[in-house]
Amino acid sequence: MPSETMCEYEVVHGRPKAFYERFERKEDLQHQTHYCPGCGHGIIHKMLARAIDELGIQDKTILVGPVGCSVFTYYYFDVGNIQAAHGRASAVATAAKRAQPGSVVISYQGDGDLSAIGSAEILHAANRGENITVIFVNNAIYSMTGGQAAPTTLLGQKSTTTPLGRHAVTEGYPLHMSELLATLQGPVYIERVGLGDNKQIVQATRAVKRALENQVRGLGFSLVEVLSPCPTIWKLPPVEAQRWVRDVMEKTYPLGVFCDRTKEAAPRPEPAPAPGLDEIPRILGVDDESLPAGNAHRMVETAANLDLRVRVAGFGGQGVLLLGEVLAEAGLDAGLEVSWLPSYGPEIRSGTSNCHVRLSRQVVDSPLVTQPTVLVAMNEPSLHKFYRSVTPGGWILYNGESYPQECGRKDVRVMTRQFTHIADELGDPRAGNMVALGALLEITGVLPDESIDGALRRLVKNPKWVELDERALARGRALVKESLAEV
Amino acid sequence: MSDIVKQDRGQLRIDEDECKGCGLCVEACPPKAIRLSEHLNHSGYRPAYYAGSGCTGCGICFMTCPEPGAITVLRLARPAAARQIDSKMQGAVACASN
Repeated sequence: MPSETMCEYEVVHGRPKAFYERFERKEDLQHQTHYCPGCGHGIIHKMLARAIDELGIQDKTILVGPVGCSVFTYYYFDVGNIQAAHGRASAVATAAKRAQPGSVVISYQGDGDLSAIGSAEILHAANRGENITVIFVNNAIYSMTGGQAAPTTLLGQKSTTTPLGRHAVTEGYPLHMSELLATLQGPVYIERVGLGDNKQIVQATRAVKRALENQVRGLGFSLVEVLSPCPTIWKLPPVEAQRWVRDVMEKTYPLGVFCDRTKEAAPRPEPAPAPGLDEIPRILGVDDESLPAGNAHRMVETAANLDLRVRVAGFGGQGVLLLGEVLAEAGLDAGLEVSWLPSYGPEIRSGTSNCHVRLSRQVVDSPLVTQPTVLVAMNEPSLHKFYRSVTPGGWILYNGESYPQECGRKDVRVMTRQFTHIADELGDPRAGNMVALGALLEITGVLPDESIDGALRRLVKNPKWVELDERALARGRALVKESLAEV
Repeated sequence: MSDIVKQDRGQLRIDEDECKGCGLCVEACPPKAIRLSEHLNHSGYRPAYYAGSGCTGCGICFMTCPEPGAITVLRLARPAAARQIDSKMQGAVACASN
């Protein structure tokens, strides 16, 4: 009887385990992907899922999904999933790999995602030789958004944005990402494969698995570019779209291995693990032990309506920003709400520079100080620029020999001293900012000495300068006391 | 030997509801053992079906199919003839008969 001689059949190619059993994207259709009939994504998904199964890495795989048709990878792959902003998949994959060095990270990107908006991210990830696997699905068009030209669109190819066909003069040439990235020293493996016929599909399956294997072996950056059909946007039946990959696309994008350093590549040393959050204060030198004692957030007695608005202005190098920073830091230490907003040109020294500081008992609504209660003008141009803005009843501290007449105001109080000269006498003209700050503190009287002292030590650090700055602060305070005594 | 029905090396299972009728498997199948049916499935596609014979179990249709589980390919666990010889020889050195 035939039944006795019949043999059992066993499954050799079935649904990979790396896929979810059901896709919970929608209430119905949980057994299907959302891809159009004949879409290359489904084929590539299957290759990837199979490779994950075969390498036994499902429980440590992190798949970074892009923006594009394949945005829903997280509905299909039963692995760790991250959905990245458009083009940023390889940067996100870098972060995932660095944070979890034992994981296998796959960046799955389309051609619009990788070669247009994400061209910088992929270039640098490849150049760093990150130990990640990139699957680059190239269908020469922006499909999800309805068929706009991509950098990869072929010359002559029609799209909604190149209705007459892409022309090199106006839209440039098709971007060959694999060739481009292969010129870098970072990648270990770059291959372009296609989905144009059976032979190409078999080769693509091998390449995808190899790109994953390289990562498992710790070799470094691998990228597989897959020429993939988009029957819907190309307006071709699925089988013809497949042929178009082989007969047309492949002419512009020849298949092959563009870079293979897997033989000579040694496993990359794993980057040192990132420090824990609790270690960061110590690393930055702002933990309790490294910080000099200050008032440490003990609320000082101040008026409930305290709202000190300070504008400090001068030329770059006068310590304008540091003056404001010490003031804000001391305010923070004293339990006040503070803001410090620097405003300066691209030059570090020379040029003009100013900062806005607010100290308040209330939440600071805006860090901008357009009408200061105290203006510290470290030079004449700054005074000219800002003297009009001071609130009536406020103060102007001017670093100069004599106050210019044309800047006179009857409704504000003015103190004119050569802070820079005074600092020079103390040892270094650069401490002129601290002389001015000392004067400001004495006038306003809102901050306790220990908060100023703590802030100074935290921000200046160098003991030599701290000593000089403290003398400068004391001198500034004395200046005010002397001038009041004069009155 | 001539009495024994020769079994195909492969078998196909196609999930009609998962199939989107793209026809890539029909094109890919080397012995042309897959066809598109005339009727429509619940999604309105003409699903692929196995013609019933000729499958070699090569699996190219599986790799060509964009849906995760629309196609399942099975293969003979061991050729029927070899199994019969095995049971009769019982420990004798098996030689390759094919």
